This record gives sequence, structure tokens and C-alpha cells, in this order.
Amino acid sequence: MRIPILKLHNYLLISIQIDLDDQSAIQFQEDLLNKIYKSGATGVVIDLTSVDIIDSFIAKVLGDVVTMSDLMGAKVVLTGIQPAVAMTLIELGIHMQDVQTALDLEQGLIKLRQELEG
Amino acid sequence: MELKPCVNIRQEWDIVGARQLGREKAKELGFGTVDQARIATAISELARNIYLYAGIGKVYFEMVDHLGKKGLKIVAVDEGPGIRDLSQVMQDGYSTSGGLGAGLPGVKRLMDTFEINSEWGEGTEISAVKWVR
Repeated sequence: MRIPILKLHNYLLISIQIDLDDQSAIQFQEDLLNKIYKSGATGVVIDLTSVDIIDSFIAKVLGDVVTMSDLMGAKVVLTGIQPAVAMTLIELGIHMQDVQTALDLEQGLIKLRQELEG
Repeated sequence: MELKPCVNIRQEWDIVGARQLGREKAKELGFGTVDQARIATAISELARNIYLYAGIGKVYFEMVDHLGKKGLKIVAVDEGPGIRDLSQVMQDGYSTSGGLGAGLPGVKRLMDTFEINSEWGEGTEISAVKWVR
């Protein structure tokens, strides 16, 4: 399953609304990096409002895509992580310390704007 | 004997199938959203281990009852290579597959009981229970 990536000015917006299997997660990683390259986007928001499970594999793919995007020059903010998902991640032992997060899409865009425009 | 709900793990997509069935069972038993997420995540980790290390195996679910307390038991069985050093795989950050090494110690923290039996060369059986609060 392909996850749609929308362009808005110099940002890319993604809302993950499927139960992510490993293959879709890896495909998404590749698609996002290609889209950053082609569009020259400087900021990315990945919204996880509809995601009700993040296991260690998906957490690794998400963490990696943030680092990879950063290498390419695009800042990523993860938004909308559900309370149950946050609790489960910490209990699993996954802290995602280097990842920027925000409560929702709106806050995510504000955070990106502050970071990119100073 | 009551037929146990079971998911065969043969391909990657079965990991998603297993956690979806597990979440459904957890919901039926009356678990709250957070516990449903804990259970689904634990199943995902166990099913992925089967897929990664044994290739094939199965995950089944059992409704358990103890002194009036209801719970969901997850059992993950495979006939893969087995685990050579159990204490090593229970350490946070230990992985032979390039993962985060959060899997088994994580499952232990997410569930209320955790049991692992593995014979090198024979396979692995892991069972874990979560009690409804």
C-alpha cells in the first residue's frame, strides 16, 4: 500500500491512515526521500493521529527516515502520537529522543516554521 | 476442546494479521485502549521474531481465567533454530538482525507474565499473559 505524500509550499505533509506493515513502511521511507529530492521541500510533517500501534520495527523505520531526511536537508516533525502509542513505545524501551514531535498538524507546522525561518 | 484462534506466520503480512486478531480478542475481553495497544504491540514483536528468525510458525490466543480474573494469553511457537543464549536476547538493545533490540524485553514489560522455552535447534515457544484490570 502506498502512502500519499502531499506538497504544500515548501513542506510535505503525510497522514498515515493504514495499519503499517513492514513493506509499506519501507516503501514509504523510499517514497518520502525521493519526494524530498524532487520537490526540494525543507520541512516534513508526518501525522500519526490514525496510527494505533507502533512496534519496534515501525519505530526504527520512522526514526531512520527522520535522520535520512535530515541528511538531505529537510526537517521532519512527527505529530499526533496517541497516548496509548506513547505509553507502549516507552514500555518497549524506545525513546526516539532525536525526533521532533508536536501535538497535532497545526503545532507541527508552527514548529517547522520556527525552526526553518528562525 | 474449544478451538483456539490462531494465525499462521508465513509471510510478513501475517504479522499485521496476528496483531489485528489479537487486538480484536483483547477488545472482546474488555481491555481498555492502552492495554489493547500493549497487547497488539507485543503480538507484533513476537510474530516478527518468528518471521525473521524461524521463517514460519504460529501465534495463538487463549482466554484464561485465574481466581475470577480474566486474561488473554498469547502463545508464539516456531520450529526454527531456537535461541542459543536466553539471557542475551532478554537484554535491551541486543539484536542479530539490525533491529532496535527492543523486542523480547519489551514484550516482557508490556505483558503481565512472560515465559520463554527454547531448545537450540528445536524451536522456541513464548507465552505471555495480560490480565484485564
